[in-house]
Amino acid sequence: MTTEHTYPHGIKRWLFSTNHKDIGTMYLWLSFIMFLVGGASAMLIRAELFKPGSNLVTPEFFNQLTTMHGLIMVFGAVMPAFVGFANWMIPLMIGAPDMAMPRMNNWSFWILPVAFSMLISTMFMQGGGPNFGWTFYAPLSTTYGPLSTDFFVFSVHLMGISSIMGAINIIATILNMRASSMSLMQMPMFCWTWLITAFLLLAVMPVLAGAVTMVLADRHLGTSFFEAGGGGDPVLFQHVFWFFGHPEVYIIILPAFGIISEIIPTFSRKKLFGYHSMVYATASIALLSFVVWAHHMFTTGMPLAGELFFMYMTMLIAVPTGVKVFNWVSTMFKGALTFETPMLFAIAFIILFTMGGFTGLMLAMAPADFQYHDSYFVVAHFHYVMVAGSLMAIFGGTYYWLPKWSGHMYSETLGKFHFWLTLISFNVTFFPMHFVGLAGMPRRIPDYALQFTEFNQLASIGAFTFGLSQIFFLFIVIKTIRGGKPAPARVWEDAKGLTWEIPSPAPHHTFTIPPQWN
Amino acid sequence: MSLNSRTALLIPGLLLGYASEAWANLTLNMPVGVTDISHKIYQLHMTVLWICVVIGIIVFSIMFYAIIFHRKSVGHQAAQFHESTKVEIIWTIIPFIILIVMAVPATKTLLAMDDITDSDLTIKVTGYMWRWHYEYIGTNVSFMSELSTPYEQIINRDAKDEHYLREVNNPLVLPINKKIRFLMTGNDVIHSWWVPELAVKKDAIPGFINETWTRINTPGIYRGQCAELCGARHGFMPIVVQAVSEQEFQTWLAAQQQQANK
Repeated sequence: MTTEHTYPHGIKRWLFSTNHKDIGTMYLWLSFIMFLVGGASAMLIRAELFKPGSNLVTPEFFNQLTTMHGLIMVFGAVMPAFVGFANWMIPLMIGAPDMAMPRMNNWSFWILPVAFSMLISTMFMQGGGPNFGWTFYAPLSTTYGPLSTDFFVFSVHLMGISSIMGAINIIATILNMRASSMSLMQMPMFCWTWLITAFLLLAVMPVLAGAVTMVLADRHLGTSFFEAGGGGDPVLFQHVFWFFGHPEVYIIILPAFGIISEIIPTFSRKKLFGYHSMVYATASIALLSFVVWAHHMFTTGMPLAGELFFMYMTMLIAVPTGVKVFNWVSTMFKGALTFETPMLFAIAFIILFTMGGFTGLMLAMAPADFQYHDSYFVVAHFHYVMVAGSLMAIFGGTYYWLPKWSGHMYSETLGKFHFWLTLISFNVTFFPMHFVGLAGMPRRIPDYALQFTEFNQLASIGAFTFGLSQIFFLFIVIKTIRGGKPAPARVWEDAKGLTWEIPSPAPHHTFTIPPQWN
Repeated sequence: MSLNSRTALLIPGLLLGYASEAWANLTLNMPVGVTDISHKIYQLHMTVLWICVVIGIIVFSIMFYAIIFHRKSVGHQAAQFHESTKVEIIWTIIPFIILIVMAVPATKTLLAMDDITDSDLTIKVTGYMWRWHYEYIGTNVSFMSELSTPYEQIINRDAKDEHYLREVNNPLVLPINKKIRFLMTGNDVIHSWWVPELAVKKDAIPGFINETWTRINTPGIYRGQCAELCGARHGFMPIVVQAVSEQEFQTWLAAQQQQANK
């Protein structure tokens, strides 16, 4: 089935790679490096907030840290991780020899290190890096933005180009390169969630590009898109940004749904419950994501009709999301469960992501949002969906597929230790943020009133533990790559699909002859 | 109680649920507030919270039942079912009904908040980097209100006061039991005026005038701060509202007007 072709070695292998596995590996390593950079800024933020007063960094630098943390985690850590999974797994799942456009694949990866080097270099520029939060609201980013804003704009353009090319590649691969006789409705759920995510990317990355371009034009070309003094509208910026930004949230979570939908059936030894409804639910979430953006803007002074519309639409998202959670639980119900590390992460995902969903529903209530908006309650909410959601799915997926990638089993003891450390420290970090938020602590402040002290200290202790736990994760992964018990082709007892027909580690070239399926 | 001894209580306080003086002061929940609207919002918040808690308990109980009893290590054999249109329809419709139940009070509260008519007093609030400006429309009273916490406290040279970062030189004085309309705007970037006890949060946007209102039921001092990132000193532009009786307010306003006329 497989033939081992020769390929360049050393730096050339990676620089000129058109191989979906090598490119997937590079995406995943880039993602982890960015995760450490974004994590380092989070550690500094939590150190500054350990106690009231000006402790470690200036307020100016604090704002750069929150901005960098958000941008790097969203665009540098989570998104490339999912593209890495897509590169590695989609061809293996659908029986394709590679991605549909391997050279473009190389380019969409190699743009990213350039984009992120540029973004990070802004921190060392005169006047400091971007300091207006990852949402870069005008006029803070236009009239009042630091000089480095232009570099930020260009790096976002590059990330967008990379994402769009990646999305086109994934769509082309899924639509054209499936093993004969595999219909769309027979694909593994991970392929479905990525197919839908790719369309979301195509739809909204150009909108983000438009937003940053208008920021650039306002800064240098004398336009006034967002400048009230010139006839523009600062709120227009928020509409454009969140029209990108809300689907972006689902770009970050839908592939995670896909990973969880692979892990749960394997360790439940039972088929995924309600496959069809899972596909429809994913598509409904994607469609609804285009008509809810202004729930980020309830306090900007929208007319009543707008508030009602966006409140109702946002509440509606709970229905398909609920369907997904119910389906996962039903898959587990009456299964024969075992609890290897990927399954532990998947279970934690379901519980904690659902909690993030609940706070999301609370935030959807427009009247209550006037209290929650821009407080730490929001910070807690989106870390429950992005860290306990996306990141835990990434961890789960890594443990799930690492034996297939490396050919070695990871240590289950170490993996479980990493899981419990992550789970506990995550909750110690982010659960108290609900309380300080409700009690009135706004987000993005470098110093706070005394009544918030205890919970902030607790959050900081949790955050430092969480950060260290991820160094431990790096250790586990490197240890597994370097050696360990050889993994069989079917790594997990009841794993289904083409992925598990090929040997572990997956040979450099797979499915050069289209596989027989079913 | 000093900061360090409060810190020392952190871990045992959490482990034992020990109601020390420090922990008794901690607020875990949204303030009920001092206006009819803030009460309504608090009720809505609690209703939705409890609905979520109940749903969570039901769903996770089923999940943990499976985790405990349907594990391979206790010899459970996997069942084969994997589809049921009937239950899919049921668990699409039930959440929908629950959402409608939530939407009713939410809509009512939103309609009540939107009714800005018949105000007794109008205050124009302007956000500056990084202070608030208040103007009592129809009088000649207007002033800047900015952080009064000494710099020595911020850089940890002096001990911090009780209202560290939440104290201002000139509080906004308002009468109770009067409908007060706020006109919000920004002078430079977007700010957001937030006082949790009044359940008022509205963006102060340059070039725009936003409207909102409140009617305070209880006299007192209510503190808040800017909620929208507005630059380096975003964390240092607090809001203090001093709610007083109508009579005290009139006396205060007259004194202010007299001073302004000098």
